[in-house]
Amino acid sequence: MSRLHVVSGKGGTGKTTVAAALALALATEGRRTLLVEVEGRQGIAQLFETEALPYEERKIAVAPGGGEVHALAIDAERALLDYLQMFYKLGGAGRALKKLGAIDFATTIAPGLRDVLLTGKACEAVRRKDKSGAFVYDAVVMDAPPTGRITRFLNVNDEVAGLAKIGPIHNQAQAVMRVLKSPETAVHLVTLLEEMPVQETADGIAELRAAGIPVGGVVINMTRPALLDNGDLEVAARGARAGIAKALSQAGLGGARRGGLAERLIDPLLEQAREHAERVELERAQYAELTALGLPTYELGLLPEGVDLAGLYGLARDLRRQGPI
Amino acid sequence: MTSDVMTLTASAPWLEVDALIDDPGTRIVVCCGAGGVGKTTTAAALGVRAAERGRKVVVLTIDPARRLAQSMGISELDNVPRQVKGVDEAAGGELHAMMLDMKRTFDEIVEGHADAERARAILENPFYQSLSAGFAGTQEYMAMEKLGQLRAGDAWDLIVVDTPPSRSALDFLDAPKRLGSFLDGKFIRVLMAPAKVGGRAGMKFLNVGMSMMTGTLSKLMGGQLLRDVQTFVAAMDTMFGGFRTRADATYRLLQAPGTAFLVVAAPERDALREAAYFVERLAAEQMPLAGLVLNRVHGSGADQLSAERALAAAEALTESCADRPAEEPGPATGGAADGGAVDASPDGDPNSPPYGAGSPPAENLGPDGIVDLAAGKTGSRTPGGPSPAAAAEHTASPSTSAAHLAAGLLRLHAERMQVLARERRTRDRFTALHPEVPVAEVAALPGDVHDLAGLRAIGDRLALRPGEADG
Ligand SMILES: Nc1ncnc2c1ncn2[C@@H]1O[C@H](COP(=O)(O)OP(=O)(O)OP(=O)(O)O)[C@@H](O)[C@H]1O
Ligand SMILES: Nc1ncnc2c1ncn2[C@@H]1O[C@H](COP(=O)(O)OP(=O)(O)OP(=O)(O)O)[C@@H](O)[C@H]1O
Ligand SMILES: [Mg+2]
Ligand SMILES: [Mg+2]
Repeated sequence: MSRLHVVSGKGGTGKTTVAAALALALATEGRRTLLVEVEGRQGIAQLFETEALPYEERKIAVAPGGGEVHALAIDAERALLDYLQMFYKLGGAGRALKKLGAIDFATTIAPGLRDVLLTGKACEAVRRKDKSGAFVYDAVVMDAPPTGRITRFLNVNDEVAGLAKIGPIHNQAQAVMRVLKSPETAVHLVTLLEEMPVQETADGIAELRAAGIPVGGVVINMTRPALLDNGDLEVAARGARAGIAKALSQAGLGGARRGGLAERLIDPLLEQAREHAERVELERAQYAELTALGLPTYELGLLPEGVDLAGLYGLARDLRRQGPI
Repeated sequence: MTSDVMTLTASAPWLEVDALIDDPGTRIVVCCGAGGVGKTTTAAALGVRAAERGRKVVVLTIDPARRLAQSMGISELDNVPRQVKGVDEAAGGELHAMMLDMKRTFDEIVEGHADAERARAILENPFYQSLSAGFAGTQEYMAMEKLGQLRAGDAWDLIVVDTPPSRSALDFLDAPKRLGSFLDGKFIRVLMAPAKVGGRAGMKFLNVGMSMMTGTLSKLMGGQLLRDVQTFVAAMDTMFGGFRTRADATYRLLQAPGTAFLVVAAPERDALREAAYFVERLAAEQMPLAGLVLNRVHGSGADQLSAERALAAAEALTESCADRPAEEPGPATGGAADGGAVDASPDGDPNSPPYGAGSPPAENLGPDGIVDLAAGKTGSRTPGGPSPAAAAEHTASPSTSAAHLAAGLLRLHAERMQVLARERRTRDRFTALHPEVPVAEVAALPGDVHDLAGLRAIGDRLALRPGEADG
């Protein structure tokens, strides 16, 4: 069982939502999870309808059965200062560096340095133990950067290796990589049943695998039930118009005769059905591409009114129902 | 909620896309918006349309979908505009397109500003490589840089610019400045000091504070890393001023009268909130906003039939199917409406309100409600109480498969009407906030857009006057 779950996917496919649902799902039965975000967007706070998260782990939700979800917004600058403090007792010098823009410099000019700080903090939480020697968190879920950047982000070792060949940053990168490449880690990719996100998912998986980072599952988000299929449409095409008109009329929607209300509904309704069938067909093709990837898949339905807290708990339940992730 | 629905009448001015792209005074159109809303598609569609209406156009795309790039003949990242084949040039226009190569653009700036040896030193520096490939904001900066180059060349009537897939539309405006001020920062100068004095009596010019600083950095990053940074900074030294000047020049270009921003958004809460921020920001920056492109909007040819009625009718039909071969259609139509609503909410969402919870019945029965004119029967039944038995007196029983199909069509329609209502609410919220912003609506195509035909279809929709039918 992985303990570090990294959730990536194309922008806007639901990374933050799925990461939060997963943190809730993994927290049931009295367990404790940590949900971390790394891009300074306060997406978690928005989702859980709380004020902005500080750079501090705090409980943001209880899961069914008494579990707890904690959250942390990791900030690279703060992580670097902490780190300096921890290893060098820098105190004032740290502040001076910050004033000069050194921290900004270090955390932005070399994305690798920045990433090693962010992933480093998450890995630290994964490995952290309490006095009794038990893990503080049963699982850590990361709302990670999108697919296009995820491999670079996680493969900090390569990134930093070219930059820092020795020294503490180098060592830190090594330590982080040991966790990220171990079975303790699983990268999950969120996708929609659309061409671009599916393509990105396939590309992302190939990249992650090439980098030796373990891939977990594919979460297919915002699925919609197929209300009609091609079979139905064929029936329609075979001239069932009269029958449909009768049925509509029978259901109280007006006259079935030519020019009657029910009859006039048929064209627009059939047009919508054709569009629907086209979409279902596309989705089916995308679904096939996803299953061909040979990874476990999970499906989450589209919540018609958007995701509120109740909806989020519902998604968490659906994830759990689909087996261990 | 009720008031939400009742204020639907607010209508935004129409964004006249053809007038915009036909105007010879329009020289740059920038398509901005949150991730995935359709910026690239809109930019490419505008390019095709403007070219086919007679203008010489170049489209600068960023990370286009693979198939779209292929169909435009720009799958290769060579940073040079290529003429797009298959565009109708009868009106005297042409379309060129390119895909931004951010690293190449950065390299070109370096090569253009440093002698060969210095340029090579920079290009080979690991820090430069990291910066040019991955600095958050490099892509935005390079997009602006490329825009500046294209504009300076003055070979085009119209430049259409796509913007990077950033999480926020604001990044496009902010990132270049961030990069500029960063490269211009104090810290860079501190780092530069030791490298500049180099092997000479160097260190004594540094005050104690600074040497402590570089000492700390050296400890932290490893000596070699610090040296790389210093060499990089020293080599780039002469260019920093250049970066800022260029960024400033492009920024001014964006404020010029020939520039028009189009904010692309999906009719969803987050995307429109983002669009609203962006609109406010453009105003603050005195950048000319042409309007909002609301992309992937849904419509229905049967929008006189409400979701509630459609569901109730579907339920009644399903029951009558289930009852067969029993002669009488099921009588429990009141409860059927509820059943239908619950059925229709996707599984896993028991918490979301059933269809229609947000709409008052007043909307369900529009002025021309459902009245069976042909049969001379009024259809003003309550949403929950269609009366199949009554209808059946006049029509022979439809076959089970037709009833099943009709029920499916009705459920589908109900879903569509739900989407419509939600999109309308979010759009109206935006319009209430920014009534001055012209809007163009682009219908959602059932499939992806990945060829010229698809781009033309988007272009046609872009140019349509919105929503007369749903007035
Ligand atoms: N299953 C769902 N049903 C309905 N809406 C959803 C669902 N999942 C996500 N959403 C909505 O889609 C939007 C994008 O989701 P989210 O913010 O989680 O995506 P993201 O991948 O984190 O985006 P970004 O790339 O901007 O970080 C949000 O408005 C969210 O509420
Ligand atoms: N009106 C439309 N109808 C149907 N599909 C559309 C429409 N507009 C865009 N799409 C599809 O939506 C997807 C995303 O569009 P596009 O790539 O243009 O978005 P983008 O804003 O450029 O995204 P990114 O932020 O990732 O750059 C594409 O697959 C495109 O074909
Ligand atoms: Mg997110
Ligand atoms: Mg794009």
